[in-house]
Amino acid sequence: MATVSTERVYSVLAEFGSPAELLCAAEKVRDAGYQKFDCHSPFPIHGMDAAMGLKRSKVGYIAGICGLCGGAFAMWLQWWTSTVDYPIVISGKPLFSFPAYIIVTFGLTILFAALGAVIGMLHLNRLPQWFHGLFYSESFKRFSDDAFFVSIDADDPRFDADRVRVFLESIGGRNIEVIRGA
Amino acid sequence: MSVSEKIENGPGFEPPLITGGQTFASVSRKISEITERKTTITWLLAFGAAVSVLLLLFGSVGYLFWEGTGIWGLNVPVAWGFDIVNFVFWVGIGHAGTLISAVLFLFRQRWRTSINRFAESMTLFAVICALLFPSIHVGRAWLLYWVFPIPNQMGMWPNFRSPLLWDVFAVSIYFTCSLMFWYVGLIPDLATLRDRAVTRVRRIVLGILSFGWRGGNRQWKNYELAYLILAGISTPLVLSVHSVVSTDFATSIIPGWHTTIFPPYFVAGAIFSGFAMVMTLAVIARRLLHLEDFITLGHLEKMNKIMLVTGMMVGYAYGCEFFIAWYSGNIYESFAFVNRAFGPYAWAYWIMVSCNVLVPQVFWIKKWRTSILVMFVASILINVGMWFERFVIVMSLARDYLPSSWDYYKPTIWDIATFVGSFGLFFTLFLLFAQFVPMIAMSEVKAVLPAADPHHGGKH
Repeated sequence: MATVSTERVYSVLAEFGSPAELLCAAEKVRDAGYQKFDCHSPFPIHGMDAAMGLKRSKVGYIAGICGLCGGAFAMWLQWWTSTVDYPIVISGKPLFSFPAYIIVTFGLTILFAALGAVIGMLHLNRLPQWFHGLFYSESFKRFSDDAFFVSIDADDPRFDADRVRVFLESIGGRNIEVIRGA
Repeated sequence: MSVSEKIENGPGFEPPLITGGQTFASVSRKISEITERKTTITWLLAFGAAVSVLLLLFGSVGYLFWEGTGIWGLNVPVAWGFDIVNFVFWVGIGHAGTLISAVLFLFRQRWRTSINRFAESMTLFAVICALLFPSIHVGRAWLLYWVFPIPNQMGMWPNFRSPLLWDVFAVSIYFTCSLMFWYVGLIPDLATLRDRAVTRVRRIVLGILSFGWRGGNRQWKNYELAYLILAGISTPLVLSVHSVVSTDFATSIIPGWHTTIFPPYFVAGAIFSGFAMVMTLAVIARRLLHLEDFITLGHLEKMNKIMLVTGMMVGYAYGCEFFIAWYSGNIYESFAFVNRAFGPYAWAYWIMVSCNVLVPQVFWIKKWRTSILVMFVASILINVGMWFERFVIVMSLARDYLPSSWDYYKPTIWDIATFVGSFGLFFTLFLLFAQFVPMIAMSEVKAVLPAADPHHGGKH
């Protein structure tokens, strides 16, 4: 463990007993005006987006745009290769016999949309992110098992470790921990 | 009968999806422990057997590359033999994964959570086996990159009007999308394993693989939508992939192949065989790894019902083909079907009909539908039948328009060795998965436990 002077505070973590408690806590944190907070759970909890005051995810737009680009690219590629760059008449069909090109167009639309959804999701979630202040906490490890946590980030404009600690205690948080690390 | 019993037997009653009074912690523990404990003797024996069979594949493919496709029983008129039969067989098996993970997800069939990881993994491995066969059938495997639109010094491009090229795209895109679906689903579970890790190596490896997942709702929000989108766009893939595979046959002018019923008929058969393979593996894994609380009899019964439905669709297609062959008035078409049922390959035809049409009828009876032994035997017979279905279709080639060119196709020892070897590849991959990857999607199973509902017993 390093000396205290080189450490910084990352966030304050509080544990809650159940999905229902976490949902109530999220509403209270939101109403108290905190912005940089998160609710950690082993599985997604229904209704949590509204409780935290989050907008709908943008992944859909990314996937949609990627899918359209994929489809357009596929049709362009097939048109260009078979009419411009390498025009060969096969079984008497026109060079741009587009009905035959639908399958590859459809396939690449799906492929690009899927890549867009996955890469877009990782990007919006800032993943992979192998370092995070929360990983300093030993108890936080239980989020992926059966525990429910609220964390309020030190970057929040209203952050003050002591006040946040008291606040989280007042809304029913347990095992409150101020997370420090190098 | 008491009131509660009446409710339990009445319509609309859903028995619990997960039994044994599981809690969030017990789900993590029971599923993770399988990947954390030392390998058991049973696993080692099974793995040794699978790898031995895999070596058979390496040997036969190595000899194929050395000697060429002449070692197979292929010849004119049967220029497509075991290789395409096996390809279609394995791709078909690979259909249950997406059906379970995507289609059942969209239909909010929450029972899928116990078997989706399982089925998705099986899909990946089956598609790997499937991709093997056309890749080695090209003869010069080192020129395989010609199938992709890669700019090259010859100034050539693939022929995008060919169903064989559609296949390349359909199957490789299917594999890529299934892999992404599988891995995205794995991220929260890998985080669970990471957080349980006791050794440094596991902590580092699982830490890297889980991308630093923190389970915050800001992450879940994007994650859930991405998963929904993947499910939504993979759903047409379930229908399209095997439809495209069927166009390999249907766009040709061979009697018995040139029919419009092929795409839906192939898709139904694919789902049928895929569920049968999931069933075979689920019954074994459930017993060996003590997963009875997660993969309950209820799950197995639902899968049997799907097999009954898709088996009837396949049976309908067999009948319909015969009807159309007669109704078309085309002598070649009629001959092809009479020849299937009564010609030199009649033995294969009747194996197919018995296994695919008659065997699933046992699932009408609840007692048999819920009997592990019956469903295990039936699932194996169904896959035998589905292999023969593809064999019967491909053997239409043996008697085409000109009687002078008729022949009787027989596989050589190398055809059989490669086919058997592909099972070695499949089971090697599956056993590695069963030992090192959580077999059941923990975060999804936790979400369907009663305690996961925020309205459960709370005041909210």
